Amino acid sequence: MIATIVRNGFLALRRDRGALVLAFVVPLAFFSIFAIIFGPMSTNSTPRVHVLVVDEDHSAASSRLVRGLHRERALACDTRPEAKAGEPQPPDYTAATAEAAVKSGTAPVALVIPAGFGANPISLAPAPGRKPIRILHDSSNPVAAQMAAGMLQKVAMTSFSTSMADVGMRYFALASGGLTPQQRQNLDSSLARMHDLEARRDAQGDGAAAASSENSGGLLPVEMRDVVGENKKSPMIAFYAAGIGVMFLMFTASGAAGSLLEEAESGALDRILSARVGMTTLLAGKLTYLVLLASCQLTLMFLWGAAVFHLDLFTHLPGFFVMTVATSFAVAAFGMLLASISHTRAQQASIATLLILTMSALGGSMFPRFLMTATMQKVGLLTFNAWAIDGYTKVFWRDEPVWHLLPQVAVLVGAGALIFLIARRFARRWESV
Amino acid sequence: MTATSPANISIPLQIDSVVKRFDEVTAVAGISLEVHERACLGLLGPNGAGKTTLIRSIVGRVRPDSGSVLIFGQPASSLAARKELGWVPQELALYPLLTSRENLDAFGHYQGLRGKALREGIQWCLEWASLADRADSVVKTLSGGMRRRLNMAAGLIHRPRIVLLDEPTVGVDPQSRNHIFEMVEALRAAGATVIYTTHYMEEAERLCDSIAIVDHGRIIAQGSKDDLVAQSFGTRSDVLMRLAAAAPVSAAWTEARGGTLQDGVAHFPVDRPSDIASLLEAAARDGLDVVDLVLRRPNLESVFLQLTGRDLRQ
Repeated sequence: MIATIVRNGFLALRRDRGALVLAFVVPLAFFSIFAIIFGPMSTNSTPRVHVLVVDEDHSAASSRLVRGLHRERALACDTRPEAKAGEPQPPDYTAATAEAAVKSGTAPVALVIPAGFGANPISLAPAPGRKPIRILHDSSNPVAAQMAAGMLQKVAMTSFSTSMADVGMRYFALASGGLTPQQRQNLDSSLARMHDLEARRDAQGDGAAAASSENSGGLLPVEMRDVVGENKKSPMIAFYAAGIGVMFLMFTASGAAGSLLEEAESGALDRILSARVGMTTLLAGKLTYLVLLASCQLTLMFLWGAAVFHLDLFTHLPGFFVMTVATSFAVAAFGMLLASISHTRAQQASIATLLILTMSALGGSMFPRFLMTATMQKVGLLTFNAWAIDGYTKVFWRDEPVWHLLPQVAVLVGAGALIFLIARRFARRWESV
Repeated sequence: MTATSPANISIPLQIDSVVKRFDEVTAVAGISLEVHERACLGLLGPNGAGKTTLIRSIVGRVRPDSGSVLIFGQPASSLAARKELGWVPQELALYPLLTSRENLDAFGHYQGLRGKALREGIQWCLEWASLADRADSVVKTLSGGMRRRLNMAAGLIHRPRIVLLDEPTVGVDPQSRNHIFEMVEALRAAGATVIYTTHYMEEAERLCDSIAIVDHGRIIAQGSKDDLVAQSFGTRSDVLMRLAAAAPVSAAWTEARGGTLQDGVAHFPVDRPSDIASLLEAAARDGLDVVDLVLRRPNLESVFLQLTGRDLRQ
C-alpha cells in the first residue's frame, strides 16, 4: 500500500513540470547564482573600496602616503575625477569636491591629507595643534570608512618607518637625558640606511609594499566625519525599505498578473475579448491596476518605516513619489511579461521564483551591492532592484533633488515600457486565431 | 448567402462556406448556415466534430481561413456584431471572488454599458436568472445551478438580439436544468434568436425548432426534428423484443427475421405498428416466450447515432 502511494507521488511529480523545476532546477540555479555572487568574497578578489584622496600638503611625506595608499590592493584610490571621453582631464580633488563626490555617491569615502602634514607625519603621542587626516565618509556603506581608516594606519607603518625611528629616538633622548656622541653617530648611520631602504622600496613598487604590509597601529591622527548621513536617525532604513519592498513588489505583481492566466483557463478571457474589449485595452487595464497596487505596497512599506524606524518620509515626498511610480511601473510590466510568457499558473510561479530571487540577489535586495565585487555590481545594474534602490538612496540618503533621479527613472520607465511591449507581443496568442 | 449576394441585415446569422484549418487538421470544412429571426437552432455534434471552432467563429474568436460569418449583416469580429451577439460559454467564465452584482457590472462595462443602462441591465439579469436575493453573494459561495444561471446572465447583460448558448446545462441538477429551459423560453418569448448547443438530445427536442448536426467539420443534416427523423428513418419504427430463450437461440431467430440482437434485446425495424402482430405470431409458432415488447419511434438521438455512428470520438 505504501509502495503504491510512493509510486503515485513520483508519477504525479514526473508529470508536473512546475513542481519538477521547483524541486530540482531552481535549487541548483540558486546555488550557482549565490556561489557566483558571494564566492569571490572568500578569495583574493575581495571587493576594493573606492577612496578619493586629497593631498593638501604636497610634501614628500604626503606624496609617499598617497603612493602607499595607491599600492594597497584593498583600496581603489583616485586623486582626481575620471576624464570623460573628448574632454580635458579635470583637476585633482579638493576637500570640497571630494566631499561633494562622496555625497553624490561617487565613492563611499575620501581621505584629506591636510597642509603641514609632512612636517610631522606621525606621532606616538598627542601633539597639540597638529591637524588630523580627515576621513569623509558615507555611512550607508559602514564597511568602507573602517577599511579606509585601517589601511591608512597600515600604510603609515610601512611608508614612514624612518620617521617612526626618528620620532622614537627623540622620545628616547628626552626620556634618557641625551645620547653620547658615539651613540648619536651610530644612530644617524642606521637611520641613513633605513632612508636608503625606504627609497629603494618606493622604487620597487607594489610587490615589496604588499609583502611588508602586515603591521598596523594608530600612528596617524584621523578625524572621521559622516558627510552624508550625519543628521540621519536611521541610516539604512530607506535602503532596506526599497530593497525588500521591490523584491516583494515583484512577487505581488507576478501573482496579480497571473489572474490573466486564470481568466484564460476559466474562459473569462475569451468572454471579455468577445465583448467590446481589445487585448491592448485589457493589458493596459491590468497594468494600471498593478501599478496602483505596487504603489500602495511601497507607500505602506515607507509609512511603516517612518512610523516605526523614523524614516524621514515626509520631507522627501516628491522624490518618493517619482521613484515609487517609476518602480511600480517597471515591476508591473515585469509581472505582465511573466504572465504572458507562461502557459499555466504553475509554470509562471516557477519562472517568477527563479527570476525574482535572482534579480533580488544580484540587485542588492538581499545583500548590499557595495559589498559585491565591481563586476557583480555592474551585473546588478541589469535588475530593477539596483536602479530602484539607487534611486531611493538618492532621495532618502543623499537628499538629492528630484531631477537627479533622471537616470534611475529613465531606466525603470524605459525598461518597463519595453517589457510591456514584449508582453503585448506574447499576448497575441490569446487573440483571435 | 453566397459571395455574390448582399449581406442581409435582417438575418441574425449568416455563415457562408466557412473553412478553418489548424495545421494539418481541418476543423471546419465549408459550413454554410442561416438562422432567421426569433428562431432557435440546435447545434449538435460529437466531440471533435468542429462545433467549438464554428461557435468561436461566430463570436469572433476564430478567424476563418475562408468564408464569412455575418451577424445582422456585419462581420462577426466587428464591434457592431459584438453588440448584437450574446455568448454564454460552456465554462463558468466568471470572477469567483466578486459578487453576482459585481460580475454583472464588470461584464456590463465590457459590453460598453454605463449609468442607467447598466443598472437596468444588472437588475434585469438578476431577475431573469432568479438571483436577486443572491445579488451580493460572492460567486464561489453560490451553488452550481446558480453559477450556471449567472454565467448565462453575464453573457446577456447588454440584451443582445442573438444569443449563443454553449451547453448551458452541464453539471446542473434537474431542477436547475428545468429553470434554465424556462429562462431560454423566456428569451425566445422576448424575441431573441437563439443558437443552442448541447449533447442532451431531449433539450434540443424541447427548445429548438431547427437542428443542425455537425460532423467532420460539415453540417451533415439540418431541419426540424421530425424532418430529420423522416430523412433518416422514413416511417420506420423499432420493435424491441426480449425473449425467454438462450442467447444463441434468440440471436439465430432474430437474424432469421431481419433483426439484430443487442445486449440480449432483439431489434426489428417495422414500417407499420401492425407489423408487431406478425412478429408475435412467429414467436408463438416457434415456441419462444416473449417477456417484454416495446414499439419505439426513432427520436433525435436515433438520428444522431444513425448519422454520426456509434464509434467513440475524442
